Amino acid sequence: MTAEAVATDILHVAREQVLERGERLTYDQIVQVLQTSDEQLDELLAIAHEVRMRFMGPDVEVEGIISLKTGGCPEDCHFCAQSGQFTSPVRSVWLNVPELVRAAKLTRDTGASEFCIVAAVRGPDAKLMEQLREAVAAIRDSVDINVAASIGILTAEQAAEMADMGIHRYNHNLEAGRSFFPNVVTTHSWEERWDTCQLIKDSGMELCCGGLVGMGESIEQRAELADQLGELEPHEVPLNFLNPRPGTPFGDLPVMPTNDALRCIAAFRLALPRTILRYAGGRELTLGDLGTRNGLLGGINAVIVGNYLTTLGRDPKEDLALLEDLKMPIKALTDTF
Amino acid sequence: MGAHDGSLDAPERPEAVFCPRCGIPVEHGDHSVCRAALALEPPRYCPTCRRRMVVQVTPSDWTARCVEHGETTRSTWAPA
Repeated sequence: MTAEAVATDILHVAREQVLERGERLTYDQIVQVLQTSDEQLDELLAIAHEVRMRFMGPDVEVEGIISLKTGGCPEDCHFCAQSGQFTSPVRSVWLNVPELVRAAKLTRDTGASEFCIVAAVRGPDAKLMEQLREAVAAIRDSVDINVAASIGILTAEQAAEMADMGIHRYNHNLEAGRSFFPNVVTTHSWEERWDTCQLIKDSGMELCCGGLVGMGESIEQRAELADQLGELEPHEVPLNFLNPRPGTPFGDLPVMPTNDALRCIAAFRLALPRTILRYAGGRELTLGDLGTRNGLLGGINAVIVGNYLTTLGRDPKEDLALLEDLKMPIKALTDTF
Repeated sequence: MGAHDGSLDAPERPEAVFCPRCGIPVEHGDHSVCRAALALEPPRYCPTCRRRMVVQVTPSDWTARCVEHGETTRSTWAPA
């Protein structure tokens, strides 16, 4: 069979299996999707968009994220400027509760329904748990927004405590497929991340779990991440595109080609037909304005608005105008997918 | 204001000596990549003294504080 015939075949399979029957692609099928040609890209994105519209609808979930504790992390995630193990120029800093509340209000003003508090740590200690409790209470007292958190590896007790605080969703990424993970992180294992994800699900919080692409992984390893996320069944998958940060081990890697990134979006949607698939870091650099639009028409149904943790994003007004142009309403606070 | 109160108010800020992204003197090398990158990242080095700044990014803004030359924000920042 020629390469073109294989590509045509996998698109037919995707339409029949995912769109018509609602069954996610297998690992081998995800690999085939990631191997489709540029000539097949428009059709691939169209199928992924149909899948998104059929199983998730037209709404887009909007979220803001903020760093409670920046930098000085003991872990060595090779993509991250916040590791204390590299010569990154990012300095350690903590944000106070009034600033967190102010940021939550400004995020809510954009129409966002989610506000995620992040800390650059291996996992929380008692002090961080107390600060988080104080911050979540202050936000919930004065801002009508769902509060999520991302503060590393958890124990079962900590997961239960966070659910008790009112944190409705917890982010803990797999970051990479299992076979590529040792190339990305050496200070903890993929299995530790997987176990924390299971704890989160058991706690009653929604699980937000994704990763990065464009870190030098093979197509097969990229497919592995999508497949393993499909097995995990998180409520949300944030999809990051590597933004090479100065001073990190991945600082000199090239930016992922736009079409490869769009193929990833479609592949992840077809691997996760009923999951919120969110644009996370790196999209401005990797996709630009046109690519951002194409991704929203290729499987994405959630965005992070405004800035990221250490880098800057698009003006929220630009994203909101794009959603209006695409006739994709912002998901209301009370709605659940 | 500017140097008098420690802020980095753009109109009165001394001319940048160091690249706010890589910290290398602006006279040395080509900083066009740094200038382009600063559209999507806040400054990390004080352009006057090269100290690493304490940077806080929020969804709608950022602040960068040099222990010697004070604080600047997105609205008061003028790229080198």
